[in-house]
Amino acid sequence: MAGSKEKKKVNRAGQTQIIKKVLRYLGRYRIFLWASLLLALITVVMQLYIPKITGTVVDYMAGKGQVDFDGVVNDVVKVIIAACIAGLAQWLQNLCNNKMTYDVVKDIRNDAFDKIEKLPLSYIDSHPVGEMESRVIADADQFADGLLMGFTQLFTGVITIAGTLIFMISIDGWIALAVVALTPLSFVVAGFISKRSYKMFRRQSELRGEQTGFINEMVEGQKVVKAFNRREKTVEEFDEINKRLTETSLKATFFSSITNPSTRFVNSIVYAVVGVTGAVRVIHGGMTVGGLTAFLSYATQYAKPFNEISGVVTDLQNAVACAGRVLELIELEPQVPDAKDAIAPDSFRGQVDVKDVDFSYVKGQNLIRGFNLSVNPGQKIAIVGPTGCGKTTLINLLMRFYDVDSGAIYVDGTDIRKLTRHALREGYGMVLQETWLKSGTIRENITMGNPDVSEEEMIRVAKTCHIDSFIRRLPEGYDTKVSENGEDFSQGQRQLLCIARVMMCNPSMLILDEATSSIDTRTELKIQDAFNAMMVGRTSFIVAHRLSTIRNADCILVMKDGHIIEKGTHNELMQRQGFYYDLYQSQFMGRVI
Amino acid sequence: MKYLLKYMKDYRKEAILAPLFKMLEALFDLFVPLVMAALIDNGIANRDIPYIFRMCAILILLAVAGLAISITAQWFSAKAATGFAGDIRSRLFEHIQELSFSQMDIFGADTLITRMTADVNQLQNGVNLALRLFLRSPFVVFGSMILAFTVDVRAALIFVVAIPVLSAVVFGIMLWTMPMYRRVQEKLDKIMTGTRENLTGVRVIRAFGQEENEIESFHEKNQDLSRMQQFVGRISGLMNPLTYVIINLATAWLIYAGAVRINAGYLTQGQMVALLNYMSQILVELIKLANLIIQMTRAAACGDRIADILTVEPNMKDGNLTASSMEDSDTVVEFRDVSLTYEGDSGKALDGISFSVKRGQTVGIIGGTGSGKSSLVNLIPRFYDATEGEILVGGHDVRQYQQEQLRSRIGVVLQKAELFKGTIADNLRWGKEDASEEEMQEALSISQAKEYVDKKPGGTSFELEQNGRNLSGGQKQRLTIARALVRKPDILIMDDSASALDFATDAKLRMAVRKASSSLTTFIVSQRAASVQYADMILVMDDGKLVGSGTHDELIRDNKVYQEIYYSQFPKDETGDSGKKDLTQPGAGKQDMADGKEAE
Repeated sequence: MAGSKEKKKVNRAGQTQIIKKVLRYLGRYRIFLWASLLLALITVVMQLYIPKITGTVVDYMAGKGQVDFDGVVNDVVKVIIAACIAGLAQWLQNLCNNKMTYDVVKDIRNDAFDKIEKLPLSYIDSHPVGEMESRVIADADQFADGLLMGFTQLFTGVITIAGTLIFMISIDGWIALAVVALTPLSFVVAGFISKRSYKMFRRQSELRGEQTGFINEMVEGQKVVKAFNRREKTVEEFDEINKRLTETSLKATFFSSITNPSTRFVNSIVYAVVGVTGAVRVIHGGMTVGGLTAFLSYATQYAKPFNEISGVVTDLQNAVACAGRVLELIELEPQVPDAKDAIAPDSFRGQVDVKDVDFSYVKGQNLIRGFNLSVNPGQKIAIVGPTGCGKTTLINLLMRFYDVDSGAIYVDGTDIRKLTRHALREGYGMVLQETWLKSGTIRENITMGNPDVSEEEMIRVAKTCHIDSFIRRLPEGYDTKVSENGEDFSQGQRQLLCIARVMMCNPSMLILDEATSSIDTRTELKIQDAFNAMMVGRTSFIVAHRLSTIRNADCILVMKDGHIIEKGTHNELMQRQGFYYDLYQSQFMGRVI
Repeated sequence: MKYLLKYMKDYRKEAILAPLFKMLEALFDLFVPLVMAALIDNGIANRDIPYIFRMCAILILLAVAGLAISITAQWFSAKAATGFAGDIRSRLFEHIQELSFSQMDIFGADTLITRMTADVNQLQNGVNLALRLFLRSPFVVFGSMILAFTVDVRAALIFVVAIPVLSAVVFGIMLWTMPMYRRVQEKLDKIMTGTRENLTGVRVIRAFGQEENEIESFHEKNQDLSRMQQFVGRISGLMNPLTYVIINLATAWLIYAGAVRINAGYLTQGQMVALLNYMSQILVELIKLANLIIQMTRAAACGDRIADILTVEPNMKDGNLTASSMEDSDTVVEFRDVSLTYEGDSGKALDGISFSVKRGQTVGIIGGTGSGKSSLVNLIPRFYDATEGEILVGGHDVRQYQQEQLRSRIGVVLQKAELFKGTIADNLRWGKEDASEEEMQEALSISQAKEYVDKKPGGTSFELEQNGRNLSGGQKQRLTIARALVRKPDILIMDDSASALDFATDAKLRMAVRKASSSLTTFIVSQRAASVQYADMILVMDDGKLVGSGTHDELIRDNKVYQEIYYSQFPKDETGDSGKKDLTQPGAGKQDMADGKEAE
């Protein structure tokens, strides 16, 4: 019990923290905020003033021949002026809110995106893409809608209630008291219903989740369903879930739809009570007919903001939660910035030394321990070993996607932490198993690392990579659009584009991380030329799964559990008949059976 | 949308009663101002307090009746909407199950799922809202006007002017902004794609030092979105102030006209109050109506999308042969000049394929990605129909069989290992509903899955998560093979289904399958030459064509494509000696190597 209370307190403190930060974002638009509030005040006051005028005007027309036309005209003019002021003020208020909301969401989104570009890889690798994406997109949206709109609505609601109350009291204090006394009834009814319907809505969304899961499984596994003649069974199971869902949906829909009639009923009762007591007051001379009319319209208006406010409060809480999530992203610790005195050489010779490196993704679980390696310019180093042996990790360290825990990596004798990341990475060309292309033209993709490359040079490189003729056959040649992640191209074509992208930069060192493992071997053989052309004169690191691709490396490192357990050329390692030999054989063993 | 209305049939009563009751409720609402007018004109003017209380009683009575009727209406409407949606969901699911794969491919799994979930929900909300408001709102608007006419014709003419003007503003702004909101959505999608790309491609972006460019381009797109949002916001922000001013101008006019009429004795004070009341009701209902129309257009669009699927006729006709006819010929499978073009594709996926397979043979199918290997085997259980030529199973065209009968004798193992939530045994029983524990164990041991299944807590009663997420890739594949074996099929098709297994396990698996039954005809689709090398017949596929068939020895001699594939995996200088070395001691790490394909 005490624990949960404690948590709530922390939570509230957290909310205040978030709101404070949000206000900081609002800072630049402070003037719009104040203007919006002022305009809201004007709007509400004018809107509430109008029933009062119409009330008095009714009193000017007591009956045949008794109409006070001067008074009527005077009031009609007042109505028109008040309505115009209210309309104008409301419009201006909308403009202010508009500006404020969308600018703040834009700022917050920019900040969130900027942070993504600076986050350490360890964070991005360990968090689902969808989650981060929804922070930048959905959460930012909800935050803007909910928080800013909710805030102004709340403000408008509160002043409407206060204003109505003041106007009612100004007409007749006693009836006003009766109205105030009756309003809690409306809350009780609405509260009762919403609590019940909330439960059912939750049940409904659980069932929807269950059903969606089932549909997902069955539609995606459609072939299996058919192959095993499970159609009827599956339909049966579906209908069972569907029946439960339909029943719950009915309850949830019905219960929630009672809210409106019920509150309307309470309002009608209030209306009747005000009508009768007001009429009696009129007869006794405490009030005019006009006063009664005005009162009646206040009485109906009075209850409305209450219902809205309760909705707004949930929206606000939700918005604060959303803001919290975006802000959390924005406030994440960025990667260690480049050292102040970091240097940025124009090119490297390609001498790479790894000295006594320890590294772990999770503190305490060392993945790489006391790693040493020295590579001369132009050497081809292959790295092989079972899953989890640290092959890809080594690449992460060489590129400084991750920093070493201890020890150091040197390029041309300089600790890579003393180089700017930009310069270090420019020195490397990297081709990964996942062929990532950005949405844009082919030209934009292959000249990504070197946008200033000349047309002739681009085509020359494309020819070396055997893709020039393929690109030329596309409808718009080099300006053909690449759809999301290049799905229109085959795996091999995508890989060639990625190779061309690297070649275009002319790096002095290369990293090929499982670059061909998703391509069939015959296609691989064809792009092997491109690879070989690329590797000439460059220090290359090749991580491979298929051992046949690395047999001509200058040095093969066999890794296991974060250590190099064997080292040598293919022939040396085969002669040794050790771990590498076993690995190699296991890939070819199927032939004997 | 019209097409779907037939699913409303079971709820016809509710669907008619709901709007009727809503109208009745609205009618009671409309009486309120009249009662109040009478209260003022008769009660107050005559100082008749009992009359006032009588009127008050009527008001309360109206409220109670309104509540009862309205709740009834809500019930009918909820019943009709949820029932209608439930029936559509059920029918949709059944229908999707009936579609052929070529038809499903046109829609795609994601689309089908969205149709069944989000679209149906949207439709349900739309129907519910429509039943409740579609008659009520216009009824209140026009009812107010008509009742205004009963009060005073001259004053009511103001309504005749105000309603169209208000409608024009409300609907005009909505129609104007609706396409703009779509464009806002498009721009938002662009931002979303940008964000996702930057997360999935983070290594490449950083490797190429593109952070600054990406930031710049994001800011640009974001600015673009914000500008569009503000533009739409400025227009839609006009609606409330504008209608407010209009309605008050009408009120002002009504007051002045009313004053004239009262002065002339045609109108009483109470009636004046009633007219003012009616005027204020119009605006609320018009805005509701406009919102309703937006919702309804959306729901109707969803409805149309759903109907698009429901109106697709399953294009595979069942034959009447049963499984026993599969034994009519010793030629188990024969392809006669078969071509296949997928719907919507321009090129042929298979082109003029002919071959025949005898009972008990093992057939290997090899070729690069996209060469048509999977397309070929998919035709045997009739997942697709050939566009040209015919496929014979047991001497009969596959189209002559009842689909379920044909498939009951074929064990299919697909490329993508699909498993379902439930125990291992549940999954195996997909293959054979009444499979005994013994049969399951046998299938598991042939598929080389026994070893790891035995290690799982509970063995075959080990619970799998959705899609078998709690198994490794290699484990899933072996289980799907066991699932196909448990039914003891006549034909076993393994579509690249050992890709996550290491070579040794793959080989053991093939040997065990061979040993298990001499009459089992097996098709092995693979990219690995080693997997098909010892097949009785190897089909070599290239770009949809069958470029060679025969044994390994025949093909290695004179088939260029096969040679290329083979030597890309077993370089020439190695082929001589590696087979001779001692291979009985497989290396320790190889299992990890193989399973690591997905992991890395």
